[in-house]
Amino acid sequence: MAEGKSVIGTQNKKGQTYTDPWYMLHEAPRTPSFFTGSEVIKEAIRRASCDVMIAYPITPQSEAAALIGELFAEGYVGDYFRGESEFAVMSECAGAAFGGARVFTTTAGPGTMRAMENFPMWAGARLPIQMIVTCRGINSPLSIQPDTLEISYLLNTGMLVWHAETAQDFFDWILKGYMVAEEPDVHLPLALCCDGFFVTHTKDVVHLTPADMCLPPYDPYRSPVPCMDMECPPVRMMRDPFVMKSNYISYATHASWQQEVWAAVERSRKHTIHWLNGLIDAENTDADILIVTSGTAVSQGREAIRLLEDEGVRCGLVKVKTLRPWPGDEIREATKHAKHIFVPEFNVTGWLAKEIRATIPNSDRVHAGPHVCGGMTMPPEIIVSEIKTALGMRAMSLAGRGS
Amino acid sequence: MSKERIKIAPEFFEIMPPEYQDLVQRATFGKEDRGWKDIGTTKELIEEHSLCAGCPESMAFRYILASLPNPEDTVMVGSTGCTSLVFPHVAVHNIHSLFGNQNAIASGLKRALTVRFPGRIKDVVVLAGDGATVDIGLDMTLQAWFRQEKFTTICFDNELYANTGGQESGLMQKGFVAKMAPVGKTFEKVRLPEIARESGCHYVVQCTVSKPSLVEKVVRNAVFVAREIGPTYLQLYTPCILEIGKNSMEGLQEMRDSEKPTERFAYREYVSDAAKQFLAELAAKEKEKKAAAKQLAAQEA
Repeated sequence: MAEGKSVIGTQNKKGQTYTDPWYMLHEAPRTPSFFTGSEVIKEAIRRASCDVMIAYPITPQSEAAALIGELFAEGYVGDYFRGESEFAVMSECAGAAFGGARVFTTTAGPGTMRAMENFPMWAGARLPIQMIVTCRGINSPLSIQPDTLEISYLLNTGMLVWHAETAQDFFDWILKGYMVAEEPDVHLPLALCCDGFFVTHTKDVVHLTPADMCLPPYDPYRSPVPCMDMECPPVRMMRDPFVMKSNYISYATHASWQQEVWAAVERSRKHTIHWLNGLIDAENTDADILIVTSGTAVSQGREAIRLLEDEGVRCGLVKVKTLRPWPGDEIREATKHAKHIFVPEFNVTGWLAKEIRATIPNSDRVHAGPHVCGGMTMPPEIIVSEIKTALGMRAMSLAGRGS
Repeated sequence: MSKERIKIAPEFFEIMPPEYQDLVQRATFGKEDRGWKDIGTTKELIEEHSLCAGCPESMAFRYILASLPNPEDTVMVGSTGCTSLVFPHVAVHNIHSLFGNQNAIASGLKRALTVRFPGRIKDVVVLAGDGATVDIGLDMTLQAWFRQEKFTTICFDNELYANTGGQESGLMQKGFVAKMAPVGKTFEKVRLPEIARESGCHYVVQCTVSKPSLVEKVVRNAVFVAREIGPTYLQLYTPCILEIGKNSMEGLQEMRDSEKPTERFAYREYVSDAAKQFLAELAAKEKEKKAAAKQLAAQEA
């Protein structure tokens, strides 16, 4: 059981110092480094005091999963192995988390879908596993290029879902993610998503915390449900199983537990605001026109805004950082002056636009688009074109772009 | 887990459930020679269950729980099915997750416990039906063995999907007419014990649960070998009397009939060379201990 002693200031077997997470992530000196997103994932895990990482190769997360294997070989991760399939990997992660370990894994596209049965189970079992989702196409015909359609399936699993824009977000949010997910009143899994290749395979300057500092270890006895290690009394768990009994109590028990999981998602809100400095970032929200989006579409939105400014069109920007918890109040406040809200997305269905429409008053202000999918890039010009067309302005045809 | 952890503060003793009071006062936790003969002397580890009257699986459950060498540090992993109706009544930590992923869950669990408690014994035992072990979960069953995961897998083989009402399973006998096998099962019973041997299990036994002493012996061997050498597998015939048209009192006879030398559940055992050597060393130590105890008793007399 928990001893109640702080480990802050002591060293792990690699000589890293367990450091107060707030100090480490907000005040400690940082070193600029030129890394790919996959390398950044490795660097975050180096500092995350992970007990178990379970790997499986699926593009584009394979490199990150392999790099963490190097960390294991160096002694930074307690255990590491390749699982047999995505469904199995997520089950192995569950087993490790049931046993009280801090667990990390990665997935992408069809792998996320193959593993899907596990995610509501993780949430229902209150397992604070962190999973990186490097999004790619999921539907036939085969695509390995970035497409965020899989995020829409994760939104209703009971997991926390965050959507990183850059490798810097990734580095910080992996570490902050554990801080939020492991809070006793949250204790839920986190799907930390990014747009595959755009983040994982491009190099960027990322400011890293010192490599000799790491997060304090996970304390499984702060969990709201028993840790499966026989270190607490093994009383019979229930006198009546939830399942297979056609009586009202079993239904009510299960229903109340589902509601508790979603209440825990809501309780994560305050912790997430604390660590991420809000669920959204907003700029120039007094403008008539707003781009509201998440992931790398935010970066493309910034470029579009710069192009629009050159033509005298003023446009604000809202970066949605977390999808679960959903920043409903923040988006309502940020969009209250906007006459036109554009939601560029890297998927065909426009799940983010649907969420925003369901959140704000006068939702016909929301223009769901532009959409790109199947791995296509989103040149800022098509965002500009979408906005100008909607405003009745003459827009350059895409065929003329660059001519 | 130390037995100290289950002690109740005296002022709260009276308000604790009777099962807990019994666990503290009479549990066989920490008792080295615990076994099936302890059944009935205490409420632990399972007193009541919600299975059908006369269900051989309920007998198997009791024998297995009574035979665990280290219940105070054992975690069990189950799967969906009739076993998940019993696990809530069991005073050992147990995990029910999804259907068929029990060996994957156990792999992660065993590794996490090894990382968290280096140098300490933490046993993991999987207990699932034939549908979860051999059909839906076969990939994960085999891969855990390929990886040499150090836990025991026990399959309650009732030769069908019992909990969902008697559908065809891979371990069903060829020709058996079942729901979803309307003209009789068309292929042979899957030979999982042989596959287990070829997949890297170090101790494999197929038997019925008609003899509690035998179940006790194979469970203890399986757990000890898994702890020190590598994966082990037990396939226990626990017929679903409901689905094969037997009465409550006929389960035991069904098992006795099926374990005759020419029948499909005749006792079969495979022990790897490493496990043989290990079990021989264990037996020698046990013999030494008994001899020493005998000598001590003689001196005291």
